[in-house]
Amino acid sequence: MQALALAVTLVVMVLGAFILTALRVWWFAPLASNWASMDNLIIISLVLCGAAFIIINLFIAYTLYAHHSERGRKAFFFVDNPRLEWNLIWFTGLGIVLLLAPGLYFYAQVINPPKSPYVVEVLTQQWLWSYRYPGKDGVLGPADVKNYTAANPFGVNAEAPASRDDVPALGGPLYLPLGRPVLLRMRSNDVLHSFYVPEFRMKMDIVPGMVTQMWFTPTKTGTFQVICAELCGVGHYNMVGQVVVVEPDEFERWLEQRPTVAQTLQPTGNAQR
Amino acid sequence: MAHSHPGYHDHHIGPEPQSWWTKYVFSQDHKVIAFQYVLTALFVGAVGMGLSWLMRLQLGFPGKVELINPTVYYQAVTQHGMIMVIYLLTALLLGGFGNFLVPLMLGARDMAFPFVNMLSFWAYFLSVVVLLASFFVPGGATGAGWTLYPPQSILKGTPGSDWGIILMLVSLLLFIVAATMGGLNYVTTVLQLRTKGMTLMRMPLAVWGIFVATVLALLAFPALFVGGVMLLLDRTVGSSFFLPAIVQFGQQLPREGGSPLLFQHLFWYFGHPEVYIVILPAMGIVSELIAVHSRKPIFGYPMMVLSIVVIGALSFIVWAHHMYTSGMNPYFGFLFAVTTLIVAIPSAVKVYNWVLTLWRGNIHLTTPMLFAIAFLNTFLIGGLTGLLLGNVIIDFPLQDTYFVVAHFHMVMGVAAIVAIFGGIYHWFPKATGRMMNETLGKVHFWITFVGTYAMFLPMHHIGLTGVPRRYFGFENLQFIPESVRDLNVFITVVALIVGAGQLVFAYNLVHSIFWGKKVGDNPWRAATLEWQTPTPPPHGNWGDQPPPPVYRWAYDYSVPGEKEDFIPQTRPQVTAGAGGGGE
Repeated sequence: MQALALAVTLVVMVLGAFILTALRVWWFAPLASNWASMDNLIIISLVLCGAAFIIINLFIAYTLYAHHSERGRKAFFFVDNPRLEWNLIWFTGLGIVLLLAPGLYFYAQVINPPKSPYVVEVLTQQWLWSYRYPGKDGVLGPADVKNYTAANPFGVNAEAPASRDDVPALGGPLYLPLGRPVLLRMRSNDVLHSFYVPEFRMKMDIVPGMVTQMWFTPTKTGTFQVICAELCGVGHYNMVGQVVVVEPDEFERWLEQRPTVAQTLQPTGNAQR
Repeated sequence: MAHSHPGYHDHHIGPEPQSWWTKYVFSQDHKVIAFQYVLTALFVGAVGMGLSWLMRLQLGFPGKVELINPTVYYQAVTQHGMIMVIYLLTALLLGGFGNFLVPLMLGARDMAFPFVNMLSFWAYFLSVVVLLASFFVPGGATGAGWTLYPPQSILKGTPGSDWGIILMLVSLLLFIVAATMGGLNYVTTVLQLRTKGMTLMRMPLAVWGIFVATVLALLAFPALFVGGVMLLLDRTVGSSFFLPAIVQFGQQLPREGGSPLLFQHLFWYFGHPEVYIVILPAMGIVSELIAVHSRKPIFGYPMMVLSIVVIGALSFIVWAHHMYTSGMNPYFGFLFAVTTLIVAIPSAVKVYNWVLTLWRGNIHLTTPMLFAIAFLNTFLIGGLTGLLLGNVIIDFPLQDTYFVVAHFHMVMGVAAIVAIFGGIYHWFPKATGRMMNETLGKVHFWITFVGTYAMFLPMHHIGLTGVPRRYFGFENLQFIPESVRDLNVFITVVALIVGAGQLVFAYNLVHSIFWGKKVGDNPWRAATLEWQTPTPPPHGNWGDQPPPPVYRWAYDYSVPGEKEDFIPQTRPQVTAGAGGGGE
């Protein structure tokens, strides 16, 4: 009776897991970047791992029901079978290769940004997302946390010409042109943060003292949320920003209206809050 | 000293305790130390469970419980993780089961260094006191997450960054001292104090699991020790091991040149082996339970030993899979993804062999066996989801979401704790001479098994939607569908029930110590050595006799042609062929 109950429970658990996944009630947020490969690999993995989960659990359920103790029953003295073991090992190894090969192939794309992406700087502090766009020269000027002042929150080197035409956006939002690969170069003024837009899939920590980077191509216009995915203190859950993906010409118009570093740093121009 | 019987290894026994204090408090007897570890760990584990209730109440019913603000929430998250991983699981599996089982299963009279063993427990006890004290200092316990990542763990803006983090680190350092003193004991005892005939390849798998886990602990904890000391210096004397130039809340901090990533490497160089420090003893325990209660030799013993050793070795070259999105050199991803997925092979071998041990057995669904089945199920699902997270590219969308939370709760939270429950139900009659109540045990099993599955299975799906972990509230996140909030209510309700269900276990444990049904020396009819002692084993374990020699492996169950369905390890080989798997 108990053996039957346990076997049935295992079967119900397997069915439950299968149904929960197959129904896709709780599923990925709609994709808005080029990283469809991540979704596809998750699905491949769920299928392969799910198959293993189902087969092994059903086998356990069968065994519990069929071989549970009864009067006079004697267990089968089955000590070893190296050939069976090695077959299972090779079989498992094959599964691992099937998961790893595409995984590493697409990983190589993740870490090799395409040539001449649009570069934007992400600057984090507790608990705010800020951005800096290259100016007319297309180059982000030098910046360092040591140059920080209240008027110069990005710590840009105001002497450098490459910095003076950069376009800061303290507190965001992050505007991005549709369809163009974006490379985010990310710095943190204080603690660890992590840039995560669920619709873009990619995520990368932002580490004080170094510059981290990630790239993606926005494939849908619209407004999304940037959320912090690395615990960054008591305001972590409120560190939510906006990312707005627009058509490229609209992006250009938006960028041209923004004040540059040179303008915001003018002694009289008290543009920063 | 018991020198009057110059038996095998008699000189390793501590003094026979004379007073109540030396018998029950400052005892050098490995069994008493084991009980001290178990009871302390279960107590602190209950605290950890209470903290999880606070978290779940906030997640299921945000804002409904006045007490829980972001500070309290992050403190609960942090201390729950730390308590469960270190102070409950590690302490109970190594300090508790390690102490109780290693000498008894190997035919030793005690640990190699009984006095150091006693110190180990008291250092652990002190570490628990310091940990719990951190809740009551100004600013409260640290809320930096159990990973304690600097800079935020030691800077303003994080709960407990003034005193809490200091006590947390001091407590960890004390714990490492305790684990080292215990660990040296277990390793020396395994290598030096085995009874005659107990070759390494005749050792029960529980001892193998504890042994390899202890070796891992001795090699891994120093990394945490180093990281902890440097973090403590950064916090107290203003050094900059982990802090680069920082501007916080508009203030330039007087720090420069440190590396936050360095701490992460040190932490995970410890932290990943830590997973196996917990799970290898659990695997060993489950191997014993499955063999005894299905009356069947463990299938593929040599491969089971080999897989423990290989998992242990691999555990030192996979740590950076916790850091795929940390900003480390991205080319590490290739290496660590490969090593990580390779770990799946020896882990899968263990699952296959457990299942093949069950197959065509004479399966007795006793409470210990039920919990062993629960371990199989939860370890399986947690191991499989590890294949997703370990495959570096899939980690980008899933890292720091509830998928990770579900994964590690399955694979090393629930799996380890059900192995512990199974082990307690199994060895309780040896430790006390009384059985725990089977009916209550089964009630406990069904609540725990079905309940934890109902909690953590849908949590994977919450993670697939991208919901981040360590969030006090989700009100601001628009991408989260409303149904996730319903699911969180469901999970919270189940968590409350499962938590309350543990009271059944607590009651059963206490009640059975005094009023449990009395049993003989070997109620499960098990072949391993600990069941061949008097019950409960006296000081020195083997009475006036020298520890018995061993003639066969630990798993001679249902040997064809035998009247009994088990042969104790102490029975001499009469005919060639019986117990052939032993060597």
